[in-house]
Amino acid sequence: MSWRLWLPLLLFSGFLGLAAYQLTQEKDQTIESRMVGNELPYFELPSAFEGEPAVNSAYFQQGGPKLLNIWASWCLPCIAEAPQLEALKEGGAEIVGVAIRDRPEDIERFLAQHGNPYSRIGRDDLSEVQLAIGSSGVPETFVVDGEGRIRYQHIGDVRASDVPLLLEELRKAGE
Amino acid sequence: MIAEIGLAALWLAAALAALQLVGGLVAQRAGADAEIARLTRPAAILQGGLVAVSFASLLWVFAITDLSVKLVAANSHTAKPMIFKLSGAWGNHEGSMLLWVTVMALAGALIAAVERRLPEKTMQATLAAQSFVALGFYGFLLLASNPFERLAQPAAEGLGLNPLLQDIGLAFHPPTLYIGYVGLSVAFSFALGALLTKQVTPDFARAMRPWILGAWVFLTLGITAGSYWAYYELGWGGYWFWDPVENASLMPWLAATALLHSASVLASRDALRVWTIMLGVVAFSMSMLGTFLVRSGVLTSVHAFAVDPERGSFILFLLAIYIGGALLLFALRAGSISEGERFSVASREGALVVNNVMLSAILAVVLLGTLYPLLTEAFDVRVSVGPPYFNPVSAIFVFPMLAIMAVGPLLRWRRDSWGRISKEVALLVALLLAALVLFGLLAEVAILPLLGLAFAITLGVASFLPLRGRSLRRAPLSLWGMVLAHFGLAVALLGMASESAFSTEKLAALGEGDVTSVGPWEVTLEAVEPVAGPNWTALSGRMQVSYSGGEPVEINPQSRNFWAPAQQTAESVLLTRWNGQLYAVIGTQAPDGRWQVRLWWKPLVTLIWYGGMLIALGGILALIGRVRSDLRRRSAKRKGAARRLEMETVK
Repeated sequence: MSWRLWLPLLLFSGFLGLAAYQLTQEKDQTIESRMVGNELPYFELPSAFEGEPAVNSAYFQQGGPKLLNIWASWCLPCIAEAPQLEALKEGGAEIVGVAIRDRPEDIERFLAQHGNPYSRIGRDDLSEVQLAIGSSGVPETFVVDGEGRIRYQHIGDVRASDVPLLLEELRKAGE
Repeated sequence: MIAEIGLAALWLAAALAALQLVGGLVAQRAGADAEIARLTRPAAILQGGLVAVSFASLLWVFAITDLSVKLVAANSHTAKPMIFKLSGAWGNHEGSMLLWVTVMALAGALIAAVERRLPEKTMQATLAAQSFVALGFYGFLLLASNPFERLAQPAAEGLGLNPLLQDIGLAFHPPTLYIGYVGLSVAFSFALGALLTKQVTPDFARAMRPWILGAWVFLTLGITAGSYWAYYELGWGGYWFWDPVENASLMPWLAATALLHSASVLASRDALRVWTIMLGVVAFSMSMLGTFLVRSGVLTSVHAFAVDPERGSFILFLLAIYIGGALLLFALRAGSISEGERFSVASREGALVVNNVMLSAILAVVLLGTLYPLLTEAFDVRVSVGPPYFNPVSAIFVFPMLAIMAVGPLLRWRRDSWGRISKEVALLVALLLAALVLFGLLAEVAILPLLGLAFAITLGVASFLPLRGRSLRRAPLSLWGMVLAHFGLAVALLGMASESAFSTEKLAALGEGDVTSVGPWEVTLEAVEPVAGPNWTALSGRMQVSYSGGEPVEINPQSRNFWAPAQQTAESVLLTRWNGQLYAVIGTQAPDGRWQVRLWWKPLVTLIWYGGMLIALGGILALIGRVRSDLRRRSAKRKGAARRLEMETVK
């Protein structure tokens, strides 16, 4: 019996070990924005509705902490998180929406159907703000404190269990 | 009701597979005449029928969009065209696994019904191996991914299908590859059967060969179709990206190609016994490995539609048992398989051995490149291995292989001399040099495409040389198959080389009425208009294109928005001329109102897929030829036996 005949099995075992190890490793499917802890970069977005005030970085430096919600009318998880945003609003949160690559008529239809939890909505047609604050998808929700500093990032749709968490983050940001 | 019938049939089939396994194993100890061993073949046949019923049930619930079945609700939609409703049945994890066991059980039924060449004990071992592999998948299906699961409350509407997958090419691309993979599982079972009973004979190679050929044809078609799909659907303008999932389909093909050639040597010359067994194991390992890489998500890929780490662990578990077991058996048994016939280096077998070594080296290159990120990630280094590695490194082995492909088929079996074919070799070398000089000096082509062009032309001519001095009508079909497959490779290579040597690309921002040009084409963007389809809306560009000042043709590339689920895809337009393709994609609108338009002129690019089809056609011809001669041999034998019986009765 030749030792060479065992070579394939040996190589295969090596692969198995490696693959098994990799399977148990957490893949970083969520990459946190590096902007968390930093001040919001300067931006100025037109409002989704004519005649309403624009959404800009200066607005976040006035008043208390706010939520910045990255969403779009074409995004399905955004429909799923609409009731939770409503709940956040009822819990006293001010939510500023940034609509990604969207059209005013679609936005209007979406809000008519799923409710409007937003105090203001800006249109980010080229994802400029989204990229600048380090968001990699829709929906995402950021907690911004009264000085315009990003305190917390929530990736993905807001589930019912996330609502108290976000309210707590808002409270902490207001301290 | 239909769903329950499907599930019941699947359970029964699994039970029969268990019976088949026991029968086949008992036969190894007690002989093929043991009572339970006589049930092995009928169990395999009945199992094929039951699984077919199960799969038909799944097709049925998808056809009528039975939204009380979870799988239908999750993957289909009432608004979908019928063909995509049906393809939705296998366009998901559970359904594709059921398709897998269906094809596997049908293949098992077919061998059990017709294969009588091998010693019965070897056949029993083969069927046992087959059922062993099948049982893993039955277990997976029934215990962890039941395709017939009902919802407590029927859904109001289905969740649709990934719009990228709502494409006729893709409806048939994965099943094509699957059939190929399963064909290799049959070859794997044959190899295990031969290894268990140490009956590695030319008959074994002949029994295995049609399955390899069939699998190989389907893999070839699957890869060709997949490459074309990526080319026109993804809108990237490339036909091969060395993406892990693409490699996952290429590796079994490379192994199957090597296996096909080594099985030929074993069948005609009784040589390369151990090597053929090894390749039989490797080819199926590569299919399983491919499935694992695609499903587990351990590697990042653009194709990751169906990633699920838990399923990944299950496939890895199966992989460990099947392949680990087979390799263990190989290590224990292969040493006792006697060496086959010897042959000289200058012979058909010699050339085939070199070809096998080259194919295995290419396989190793692709395998290493594909798994390398997995290895480095374990040390927290993220790398992505791409064309800069794969192209030049595989080229080191591809070109010698092409050279051997050109001259190998001219050599005789067992012993030959280079002198006998010196005229042909001189002709081919002259052709190669002429092409190198022509393209190298006149067209100033880069090194790899240059070699590609020259070798393509040389191999194109060389592939027909084995027919010289033969009557074309009387040449056996399998010879024609080889000629066609080798010629197809030359054609595909010519397409790839001219694509990379002569393509021109243009990225332009065009307003309505603007004109631009790419290669010999003049392109005018007339307007961008909204259009609507059954479950999408799109912005459609209206363009007039004319080839070197000729009659203009209208094309309409689109940027489509699907609404269930919401997703945007680029529907590129391909305008095919005899000498190449114009490829146009329309992108997003810039703030100044102009549209991003991407244009390519790709000379001879279509040859890549025509070549792929020719290769598959060659495989089909060879398959028909082999099966026909097998049937003839069998009926001759039966007649002989009948005559002998008659004589004896007369006596």
